[in-house]
Amino acid sequence: MLHTFVALVEDKPGVLTRVASLFRRLNINIISLTVGRSERPGVSRMSIVAEAPAGAGHRIKASLFKLESVFDVDDVGQLQCVTRELALIKVAATPQSRAQIFQLSEIFRARIVDLAPESMMLEITGAASKIEGLIQVLNEGDNQILEIARTGRMVMRRGQHTSHVLEAFQLSQPEDEPIIPLTAEKGSENLDVISGDPNHPM
Amino acid sequence: MPSQPVSSAAPHTKQLTGAEIVWATLTGEGVRTVFGYPGGAILPIYDALRKYPIHHVLVRHEQGAAHMADGYARASGEVGVAVATSGPGATNLVTGIATAMLDSVPMVCITGQISSKLLGTDAFQEVDITGITLPITKHNFIVTKSEDIGPVLRRAFSIARTGRPGPVLVDITKDAQQGLADFNFEACAPQPHRPHPMLSAENEAVSEAIDLILNAQRPILLVGHGALESGATDQLITLAERLHIPVASTLLGLGAIPASHDLSLGMMGMHGEAWVNQAIQQSDLLIACGMRFDDRVTGALTSYAPNAKKIHIEIDPSEISKNVKADVALIGDLKEILETILPRLAPRKDQSWVKAVNALKGVAAVRDIKNLPDSGHLYAAHVIHDLWRATAGKAIVVTDVGQHQMWEAQYYKHDAPRSLITSGGLGTMGFALPAAIGAKMARPDDEIWVIAGDGGFQMTASELSTLVQEKLKINIAVINNGFLGMVRQWQEFMYESNYACSPILSPDFVKLADAHGVPGATVRTRGEVAAAVKAAREADGPFLINFLVEKEDAVYPMVGPGAALDEMIRRPANGHNPLLETSEEP
Repeated sequence: MLHTFVALVEDKPGVLTRVASLFRRLNINIISLTVGRSERPGVSRMSIVAEAPAGAGHRIKASLFKLESVFDVDDVGQLQCVTRELALIKVAATPQSRAQIFQLSEIFRARIVDLAPESMMLEITGAASKIEGLIQVLNEGDNQILEIARTGRMVMRRGQHTSHVLEAFQLSQPEDEPIIPLTAEKGSENLDVISGDPNHPM
Repeated sequence: MPSQPVSSAAPHTKQLTGAEIVWATLTGEGVRTVFGYPGGAILPIYDALRKYPIHHVLVRHEQGAAHMADGYARASGEVGVAVATSGPGATNLVTGIATAMLDSVPMVCITGQISSKLLGTDAFQEVDITGITLPITKHNFIVTKSEDIGPVLRRAFSIARTGRPGPVLVDITKDAQQGLADFNFEACAPQPHRPHPMLSAENEAVSEAIDLILNAQRPILLVGHGALESGATDQLITLAERLHIPVASTLLGLGAIPASHDLSLGMMGMHGEAWVNQAIQQSDLLIACGMRFDDRVTGALTSYAPNAKKIHIEIDPSEISKNVKADVALIGDLKEILETILPRLAPRKDQSWVKAVNALKGVAAVRDIKNLPDSGHLYAAHVIHDLWRATAGKAIVVTDVGQHQMWEAQYYKHDAPRSLITSGGLGTMGFALPAAIGAKMARPDDEIWVIAGDGGFQMTASELSTLVQEKLKINIAVINNGFLGMVRQWQEFMYESNYACSPILSPDFVKLADAHGVPGATVRTRGEVAAAVKAAREADGPFLINFLVEKEDAVYPMVGPGAALDEMIRRPANGHNPLLETSEEP
């Protein structure tokens, strides 16, 4: 089954290797792994999705904790979470077939982010199933998919914070440090941030 | 930097080279002895050594340095330190680091590295040692700035000795060793140790455990290396005595409770005694204390202690339910957890289970072999038993890996914690001699015996020279059967006695010792054992005894790999059984 972990780790060279190496040692395949900065300086946040036997979650979590570079781990597989993935899809499109892709993107709430004489690029954000749905429809249509780039899943628990341990061990900044508020899943400006707006680094 | 009034704010701050910071930090951490081998990329550190009160033991191969640091740590409970240069110096440490990792031994390895500007260029003697040792260290660091050396080394010591101990490697570039930095030992203190967030011995679990213990009819305590690391001997004895619970031990747990204690069953598992394994299979509650249900301990997992509930007391949460599913897990320091539990456990009167276990012993037990007749053969069992008698069980015995190691575990009765030093998890041949040197440096007043096979002894025999250079009094018993004995035994049992590449030719070990100025003796019969052991013990310096033992003896009983714990291969009754050659009652 798929296990999903959120790990808060030191933002230092080699940490990704340590985490990845742990999964390698346990002979567990990583389905996706996204890393980026968190709300705290010096702390990166990883969302890790891995295929492992149902009972393996405890041991993976406990082993991740054992890495000195890991501050906190949350096994969020069974919890209430918002899960999002971003995909860029480049589709072959002629001026005649563009309209159909515009329609599809409307239905899937994807956005057209690039238009070239012979292709279009779609940006879609959502649960993995939604992205796979769009890919399937595109595959079934006349428009050949030229390229797909997917970020892998990013996960955040609803309500409760994952990063409580950071506070407990005073690894965080002083309390008056502004913390980026948890935002709801709506809002296109969030998507802009994820799309890599240089003024809003992730 | 000059604008920062650091030195006035912190009076103990001094400006030192990175190399000096290494030794100053080690001195501050209480290190008095290190084991190492110099080389190009670590010369600045060696150059600075003379200014600090630290004794350096020059080894003959860096693997020896790692094993010595390991032996030092196991004998003393303190962090052992090994030092090596970059490249081959660092890679030679690898086997020793892995040995310490598998047995949870606190160790800090310091390696030199080429200058930071050359990193990644395949410069002379460059190797990515942090990459290589990533899976066999608890953590490792590469330091490229002089000012980072103090804080990183202090954190390395903290990581090595806290929680479940383990080896930490610190790789220091040559320019970091040579550069200057402000140093203040106190200011380098690491953040307080981050306890594993999954540590939990919550009231509910404690109550469940207590219920299970009080209601068990046939409980057994299983003690492992964690009992030694936690220093929980007294608490374990109290628990065992109060509720009449027999105690079985893993190889690394031997000595955690005295072997002479009435409730001590000795070693369990692949070469544990049959009745000990039978008792485990019949029990209704296993209380596992600081052990990890290694495959050498459980046999086939599907049939392991089928009727027993399992309470697992363990400091590493990733060990819980890894091999054997725990019904109750108490995660934390063994001693603290036992101290929480003990006040809530009332004494039990019923001793029927202990009696039943003793009845299982029957003729299966390894019996006192004091009065074995001399049949003309010399058996390793004889040798080790006689050694135990001669030393009154008070020596620190450092073993190598193989048959002699199992015979040692069966016949040398360890009454004190940290009196058996052996490579359990990794099973590293060549461990004994260097580890014994480390142990002797840690406990110079104790009597130390190396017991090694003829195969393993040759792997690190070059450290004899180290032993002599350090003028250490260590006695060496080579159990010489002309075979890689355990390999031969497996070939006999499982490969139709096809002794492929297991016969081994050895030099005359007594002459080898003599070449080092070490006296020795060769022993061929039982009658010569006592005199040779006496001569060794009375010699001022080291002494080597070459025991020429029966070539094709096997360690019995044995649980075959993958077999159930109570399906043991027993010594054939018509074989050359040293135990049956006695008229003694069991």
